[in-house]
Amino acid sequence: MKTKKLLLGDEAFALGAINAGMSGAYGYPGTPSTEIMEFVQTNSISKERGLHSHWSSNEKTAYEEALGMSYAGKRSIVTMKHVGLNASADAFVNSGMTGANGGMLVAVADDPSMHSSQNEQDSRFYGEFAFIPILEPSNQQEAYDMAEYGFNLSEKFEIPVIIRFVTRLSHSRATVDVDTEAIPENSIHFPKDGKRWVLMPGNSRIRYKELIKVYDNLEKESDNSPYNVYTPSTDHSLGIIVSGIAANYLQELFPDGCPFPTVKISQYPLPKAMLRRLAKECKEILVIEEGQPYIEKAMRSIMDSPIKIYGKLDNSLVRTGELNPDQIKECLLKIRPELDAIKSGEIRESCDIIVARPPSLCKGCGHRDVYQALNEVLAAYEDARVFGDIGCYTLGYLAPFKALHTVLDMGASITMAKGASEAGVHPSVAVIGDSTFTHSGLSGLLDVINEDSNILVIISDNLTTGMTGGQDSQGTGKIENICLGLGVDPEHLHTIDSLPKNHDQMVELFKKAIDHKGLSVIVSRRECIQTARRHGAHRGPKT
Amino acid sequence: MKIDIVLAGVGGQGILSVATILGVAALQEGLNIKQAEVHGMSQRGGDVQSTLRISSKPIHSDLIPYGKADLIVSLEPMEALRYLPLLSPEGWIVSSSAPFVNIPNYPDMKEIENNLSKAGNVILFDMEKMAKEVASPRSSNMVLLGAASHFIEITSDKIEDAIRKVFSSKGEAVVEANLKAFRAGREKADSFIAK
Repeated sequence: MKTKKLLLGDEAFALGAINAGMSGAYGYPGTPSTEIMEFVQTNSISKERGLHSHWSSNEKTAYEEALGMSYAGKRSIVTMKHVGLNASADAFVNSGMTGANGGMLVAVADDPSMHSSQNEQDSRFYGEFAFIPILEPSNQQEAYDMAEYGFNLSEKFEIPVIIRFVTRLSHSRATVDVDTEAIPENSIHFPKDGKRWVLMPGNSRIRYKELIKVYDNLEKESDNSPYNVYTPSTDHSLGIIVSGIAANYLQELFPDGCPFPTVKISQYPLPKAMLRRLAKECKEILVIEEGQPYIEKAMRSIMDSPIKIYGKLDNSLVRTGELNPDQIKECLLKIRPELDAIKSGEIRESCDIIVARPPSLCKGCGHRDVYQALNEVLAAYEDARVFGDIGCYTLGYLAPFKALHTVLDMGASITMAKGASEAGVHPSVAVIGDSTFTHSGLSGLLDVINEDSNILVIISDNLTTGMTGGQDSQGTGKIENICLGLGVDPEHLHTIDSLPKNHDQMVELFKKAIDHKGLSVIVSRRECIQTARRHGAHRGPKT
Repeated sequence: MKIDIVLAGVGGQGILSVATILGVAALQEGLNIKQAEVHGMSQRGGDVQSTLRISSKPIHSDLIPYGKADLIVSLEPMEALRYLPLLSPEGWIVSSSAPFVNIPNYPDMKEIENNLSKAGNVILFDMEKMAKEVASPRSSNMVLLGAASHFIEITSDKIEDAIRKVFSSKGEAVVEANLKAFRAGREKADSFIAK
């Protein structure tokens, strides 16, 4: 039985996975992927079946946990944003070598336009690198359908499968036809070929040869995939390759059908035969893809003879940021000015009095108190440097605080502060949140402890993963014990409540810590104002 | 039927709830919906935008092309102006006139009002004030929904059902306050359209 539901792309995939007999979801919050896990956590079938849906400490632990479930024969998913795939890259790349047993889907959400990220990396490059196939849903319905399709693909080829999301699909709702029932979960069964799960050189050498063959077969599978579609048309002066969500934008321009032959790609490795056919039948090629020019680059090695390719590399399409229907229209009019039908009518000018409204820390947020006190203390030093990290407190870079000098990746505040202090910087201060600390700060702190580096580490603890909307933080209630357990000197571990009334005390504490020659850790704590507001209250609609 | 709506406001104002309710109502009517929104960093007091497309035919793009939006619905007057290029020449703007000033360089209100009236079809009044008067300050988004509902081919009964459904978990008092705000906004907009 089917029913219609209004779902985000993230939610459609989550429900698809549950209905396809998933036994566990693993992940670390990251915009725009977070809602996948949040859906699993609140879904009724998931609760009934007791499916795993607890957040992990980071994407690497999540990845390995999901792979463990797959090893045991059950279906699992792991969710993360694109940069999370970097954090789990060791597990990810090697999981191509071990392969999967129970179906395993790696839901990775890319963020073109960097709505909430440091970069625009495109996960499709990772897939090829690790010999792992990719499904790229072009709409919410495909996000739902591809969960079961992906599990089947994963089990057929005994390999994990990436589901590549982009922000506009993750965070856009649409009506989706969904099943009213879930198929049963797999029972435990172990891999037939146990050897390749032990990646020692002898086993790995055998597996690598096999993996290359598997990838060749996956390529043939792509050529016959229902998600890769060749649509013939009359005007062969141009052939269009369009992938994922960009297919909708093209359809928007040509609601009654595109005049040029098109290949829509939603399954990788690329369907080479289909693409060669397009290149053979058309004089020129246009590639429209969300993200970096992956297909565009690949086409040059796929085509039998070189023909002109329009795309991002020749700036026919804007190289950075996400696509939209207008960009594609502009590009088409540039290369085919005679396309009158798609020309727009009158467009209003943008209003010139509008100013930017950058995000800021909430009123009543404890991070504010930390930056206020820190700025006051550091004003006395000429060369003080503050190394920031990833979270709401990254906003400390902006006015009014302008407190941060660097932000790189999860956990880099502590280790960069260490390196800078060794270069002679003083004071060298790291500011890191609780969730980021347990994600990737612990091993860096151990380095600092072992050398007693002369830095101050401020762990600004708001008892949650704030920026992504308040998910459980894995270190809640454990931060001081973690520090002590790693070996922080109890004399130089301090805790303070980040409240305006404690301002003077916080200033004194920071001064004392900076004057101490060696590591000091200050845990400044105040519950996130957003989670505090809904604390105990039932979560209503999101605002 | 087919309508393309841009919803605008500042993070935390409740603009996405307007989209949620319209989505629920449209689903009930068997219509197709695509609604794109921004989560994450942009929500912390920054500008928030969502696009909502409702149609009896299949909808392709999640985003609205330039010049194609029928309606800009905003809880904040400057934010209403931010998306002007998306609005079609005959489109309407429905916005609260209450500025949300959390930046030092917020433009002069007179300038904003001038630009809004230049834009053509505009319904502009202080929705925050109205919400306070008839219900609670937090229901200004429902005043906005009420005012905008004139342009959406879904009956107000069906939208009220959706309000009940979405807020039911928060208790009867919250539902009633939101319904009151919705009706007040709808009534107020009448006077603009009659002009």
